[in-house]
Order: sequence, then structure tokens, then C-alpha cells
Amino acid sequence: MSRIKSTAELEALRKEILAQRDPDKPCITLCSGSACNATGSGKVAAALELEIEKQGVTTEVVSRRTGCHGFCEQGPIVVIYPQGICYLKVQPEDIAEIISETIKKKKIVERLLYVDPNTGETATLEEDIPFYKYQKRLVLGSNRKIDPKSLEDYLAVEGYQAIAKVLFEMTPEQVVGEVKDSKLRGRGGAGFPSGLKWDFARKAPGDQKYVVVNCDEGDPGAYMDRSVMEGNPFAVLEGLMIGAYAIGANEGYIYVRQEYPLAVANLTVAIEKAEEYGLLGKNILGSGFDFTIKVHRGAGAFICGEETSLLNSLEGKAGEPNARPPFPAIRGLWSKPTNINNVETWANIPMIINKGAAFFSAIGTESSKGTKIFSLVGKVNNTGLVEVPMGASLRDIIFKIGGGVPGDKKFKAVQTGGPSGGCLPDNLLDTKVDFDELSQAGAMMGSGGMIVMDEDTCLVDIARYFLAFLSDESCGKCTPCREGIRQMLKILTNMTKGLAKEGDIDLLFELAEATKGSSMCALGKTAPNPVLSTLKHFREEYEAHINEKRCPSLSCKELIAFHIEPEKCKGCGACFRKCPAEAIEGGKKRIHVVVQEKCTKCGGCHEACPAAFDAVNILSGVPVPEATPEEARAIG
Amino acid sequence: MDIGKIDQIIDKHQSEASLLIQILLDIQHDNNWLPKEALIRVGEKLDVPMSRIQHITTFYKHFSLSPKGKHEIQVCVGTACHVRGAERILDTVHEVTGVGPGETDPDLNFSVETVSCLGCCAMGPVIVVDGELHGNVEQAETAEVLQEIKQAEMKAALKDLKQAEKSEVLKLCACQ
Repeated sequence: MSRIKSTAELEALRKEILAQRDPDKPCITLCSGSACNATGSGKVAAALELEIEKQGVTTEVVSRRTGCHGFCEQGPIVVIYPQGICYLKVQPEDIAEIISETIKKKKIVERLLYVDPNTGETATLEEDIPFYKYQKRLVLGSNRKIDPKSLEDYLAVEGYQAIAKVLFEMTPEQVVGEVKDSKLRGRGGAGFPSGLKWDFARKAPGDQKYVVVNCDEGDPGAYMDRSVMEGNPFAVLEGLMIGAYAIGANEGYIYVRQEYPLAVANLTVAIEKAEEYGLLGKNILGSGFDFTIKVHRGAGAFICGEETSLLNSLEGKAGEPNARPPFPAIRGLWSKPTNINNVETWANIPMIINKGAAFFSAIGTESSKGTKIFSLVGKVNNTGLVEVPMGASLRDIIFKIGGGVPGDKKFKAVQTGGPSGGCLPDNLLDTKVDFDELSQAGAMMGSGGMIVMDEDTCLVDIARYFLAFLSDESCGKCTPCREGIRQMLKILTNMTKGLAKEGDIDLLFELAEATKGSSMCALGKTAPNPVLSTLKHFREEYEAHINEKRCPSLSCKELIAFHIEPEKCKGCGACFRKCPAEAIEGGKKRIHVVVQEKCTKCGGCHEACPAAFDAVNILSGVPVPEATPEEARAIG
Repeated sequence: MDIGKIDQIIDKHQSEASLLIQILLDIQHDNNWLPKEALIRVGEKLDVPMSRIQHITTFYKHFSLSPKGKHEIQVCVGTACHVRGAERILDTVHEVTGVGPGETDPDLNFSVETVSCLGCCAMGPVIVVDGELHGNVEQAETAEVLQEIKQAEMKAALKDLKQAEKSEVLKLCACQ
């Protein structure tokens, strides 16, 4: 392919691509994101190729391997366009039937359709599945339409239209103005107005400036950046180019976690393709604008998601933060003005330019505009990536889209904002997803992790979990963060082990205050949030752990014991067979007994005991009853 | 590790000191760990002091300064996996392999690591065994996957032992 030298050539190529595509021709798309790959998308793709040939439909059908569709739990996902027929959990052996029935006879393969776990109803089309029905997929939407390695596919969905408009019809000031007017706020966590950030970098003195994509998505439980990068890398590249033009940069860097190999691979291909077409490099589209992009892999450090740490890492140093100010917009990469935004933020930019600031700012709430992608995970029926307009309520996301909590369990809390965020209880479920409203409620938008917890999750343990994570990831440069987190973790660990003392809650508050107020970067400043939010909403759980040595959720291993109720035990031996620690004494027609000293508290016996008997109890805060004497164990 | 290979990696990155992390990542990827001689070579070629290399290799989690086992097991302990019982999976891995998180067994068969989120939260709990991701795993399934590898390793070791014995016997025969 030769370089595209002007907008006229770009539009001619787009026309040519679209002319070759018949929108009515059946197109089988197969999700090939990381999650679907893990469930066998590769084998399904091979079967698809083979079967298309075998059944002689090569000219009648198009197949495409796309990025993540979002409904990861139900993968591999196959969607057949133009209708949008959605088949879930597709295996290689299903492909022959899909081709012979759906493609040839226009019939639906019922057994591969979505079944609502609550109502038992099936849904044929993607848009009828509740998980998709209530979403607004402005950023993620293109993922299912394009092959992330195909620039032609990106051009077919209006790709590179925004950069052409920017380069030839707008001044850098107008671009910054448009982003400001859109009221877009950074999707990485802090929610700083992106237009303002761009303006600082643009106005900063200096000839050499840089733009950077932050794809060091470290928040456990959040993976939207990975999916955007894997599924639609060209959108990120285009957004980055627009930003570079606006602030006056000619070099860009993309910082990706090495834990995301598919994102690195797809991104590298996308950059090569863009270079080949002249959409990166010198004199792009004949505008005189030069721009190059380099990819830098992170080596596993959560702190590198913090912008100054990331920039240090880009320079080949340890990713430790610098005190701000000066902000990167003034003094960033190699001490030059640098604008750094998160993947999702960059991916929003082409849309804002194409559709206008007014379109974007019409969506959402007063202070938060546009849509936000959340990764809805944990104890929820429909897990996956969810994109909703700002202002949607947590209740709608978890219950309407997510289908609620599985297995008749009670909803307990939702954790948003990753390790810097907080847990919100059911009485705050009507909170809207909005930067300010979530912060007021004691949580945080963060990068968009949304982890649902049910009655079996212990919130003291969750606070301990996050502090353990942060203690591990604190770079250690400043004392309040390094020591503050460690001491809070010590107290929380004691609580989950039944070793807590009176006054520990006050001590936690004191430590939280000190860590929050005097840490150098956001990691330390926000580290106490998981503790403070759980203390605010679930204080009674803390008190039970301290005063009664009881874990109300029956989950803290050292505070629970498994006990078989002699009156209920039928001597079936299910628990005996399941126990990996040989901690159950039993025998035919004998009451089974857990030997407490040997029990590793894995919970196997509790799961194994047939529901009809329900003989295995989990005890906490009460003494374990004496075991039935040997001679009295015979049943019947 | 072969010095020529290290040089090749360094040259690929045009000996740029700012690409130190990228160079170390490539060496780690190729060799599975970072031997001392590789670090010395990188330091010489890039003109970077060993103290900085040490700082980096101990700062970032992905780098390993000791050899890794033949089979690498990663247990995701991200939040989504944690609430779905990742701790129990980690216990099972420990029970079956005898290797705790962050450790490698003396025979260099298994290395076990915990990772905080692989971005496959919808399928939690997740483990990765030799690069292959297993989602929605239960304790029994984890044990099964690992037992299979363990038995294959034991069989191979036994075969080696038998072959060694055989050659011993042959040697003895030849002597007589």
C-alpha cells in the first residue's frame, strides 16, 4: 500500500473500501479479546475458517476476528451481522451448525442463545440481551465491528476523519477549545478536565513537547483500557495524534503493562500499519505535521500508573514519583512539557472532534460528561465491560445490566475506584456514577473497576486485602505511605486473625489521617480510603471482629470453624471424600465429625454436604460443640 | 546466557540507556531470569552503573534474579478473583506443588507467583499455567491440572534415573 498523501486520497480510499463491502452480506464476527482467547476463541476461529470452506460459502459470508465485546463471562462470543444474532459460549463443534443453519437456512440455533438466569427467557439479538440493552457504547461500540489489526476496518467506521478535520480545518487552539467545551474529564482516576490539561501543556514554553498514553492499568479488577487497546488501537493512536497537534508535540509514547501481551501485539501492528499508510511519520496527509509513536512496556509496578512515576519509568529509571508541582505539563518527560492521558480518555477524542463538543457534553451529568466504561465483576450474574452514560445509578448497573447477585445471596457492597476507592452499601445504591457524587459518597470513580460483593464477603478482609496490595506496591520513597500503610495493614491483619485490641479503630483513624495528609503521591494519599469507607459503612463488622472475635460473613479463616451437626448428618460420606486434609472421621452409617486440629478450613465439606441434609455449619464467635463420642456415632 | 544473544538484544534497542527496562524485559523474556553476567554486560554496553541496574531489577516485579522453574504458575489475586476465592486456589497450588507464592522448588520444576489482576476478571478466579489461562477454576480442577504436570515430571525424572542406572550397568558389564 502506498502512502496516503492528502485528505482527498484518504476519502477516496475510504469510499473504495466501503464500496467493496456489502452491508447486507452476512458477517460472522468472533470476539478475540484476552478473555475469549482464554476460553478457546483461537480454536473456534480455526473451525470457522475450515467450515466456511467446507460448506462452500466463501463468497457468501465474511468472517472477522474482533476485539473484546465486553460480555467476557459468556465467551467465546459470535455475533452475526447485519441482524446482530448473538451466540454465546461457542465451541468449535458448534460452528458447522451455525453455518448450515443460520447462514444457509437463516434459522436460529436456539441452544447458543442467551438465557436470562432470572426469567429463563432467551434473547436472539445482541441488543435484546439485558447486559447490552441498557448500555451506551460510544467508545467500546466499534470493538465488535473491526479487526484491530486492520486499518481498512478502522477507515470503514469513520477512522481518521477526526485527524483530517483537525489538521486542515482547525487551529491547535480550536482543538483545545473543543476538548474544553466537551467537558471531558480524565478517565484514569482523578477526573481532571482534559482540555485544561492540554491547555497547560500547549502554553508551556519549549520547542520539544511530548504526549503519552497511560495504559499501565494496575487497579486490580479493572480491564477496560486493555480491551480498548486490544480491540481498537487505531482510535487511541488517532486521539493521541490529535492531542499532539493541539499541544505542539511530534513524539508520542504509549506505556503498556507487559502483563497485556495481546494489547502490545495489536498496538505494534497498528503502528506499523499506520506508518505504512503514512498516517504516522513525516508530513501526515500532506499537512506538514510530523508525528511518531514508540511503545514502552511496563515491568510490573502499580505505582507507574501515577504520571510522574510513569515518566520516570519511560526514561529507563525506577518508577518512583516526583513531588508536584512542577506538573508534567510544565516539566515532564526529559524535563519537557508533556501531556499524559489515560487510554479511555484518548479513545474519546476522535469522537468529540467528529461529533462535536455539544454532542458529547449533552450526555451525562452537570459535572461529568460522556460515557464511562466499568468492569463489572465479582459476585454478579453478568460480568464484563459495561459502558454507560455518566449519571447512571449503581443500582441500574448492578441489577439491570449485571442481573444482580447470583445464587440467592444478598448484595452487601460495591467497591469502586480500585485500591484508592471505597465500598458502598445497599442504601447508597442510588448513587449516580459521577466523579463528584461518588467521591462524596466515600468511594471514587477511579479507573472504573466495579466489584460487587455479597453477604459472604468480609469487609474487614477487603480493607486488609487492599492495604496488603498497597503495602506491596508502595515504592517506599516517602515515610508516611511506606510506614502508614504497613501499620494499618498490621492492625487489620490482627483483626482478621482475632488478635485485635480495643482502641484499634481509633488507631486506624489516626494512621489514616496521617497517611492521607502527608504522603507524596496519590498512592499514599488515597491508600486509607478502603479502610475509611468500610469503617464508615460497616463499622459493626469491625466491632464484631474486635469484641466478639467473630466474622459476620463467616469468611476470615482464623475466626471460623466447621462443625457437622450430629442430628442432621446422614453418614453419606460426601464430606469425608471431599476433605483434602483427612480431617473428617466417618464411616458407613456413622455420624461424621470434623477434627478441628487437622482442619485447614478450605470449606470443601460445607460445599459437599447435600443441600437436603445441610449438616455442615460454619461457626464464628461461639465455641465449637464437643464432638460426639465414638461409641455414640452409629446412625439408626 | 549467551553473550552474543545479550548483545543482539542491546543492539536491537540501539544501546539507548533510556531503554534499559525494555532491554532487561527482553532478556528476562528470552532467558526466563536475569543472570549476573547478563546484567554486567548490559551495564558495560550502556554505560550504566550496576547500582542503577540493581535498583531497577529489584523495583519492578517482573524481573527475577534467580532461575525460574520449568513450569510457571501465576495465581491472580486481583480483587475480583479475591472475592471469588483466589486465596483457596493459592492454598491448593501450594499443597499440590509444595511451592509457596514467590518461590521456586529446588528441582526447578515449579515457580509460583501471585499477580494482581490479569484483566480477565469476568472469569475469576484465574490461574495461568505455562502461559495458558484457566478461568473460573475450582480447587479440584486446579489440583488436577497441576497433578498432571507433576506426574509427567516425575515420570521423566524416573526415566532419566533408569537410563542413568542402565548406563551404569553397561559400564559395569564392560568392565567385567
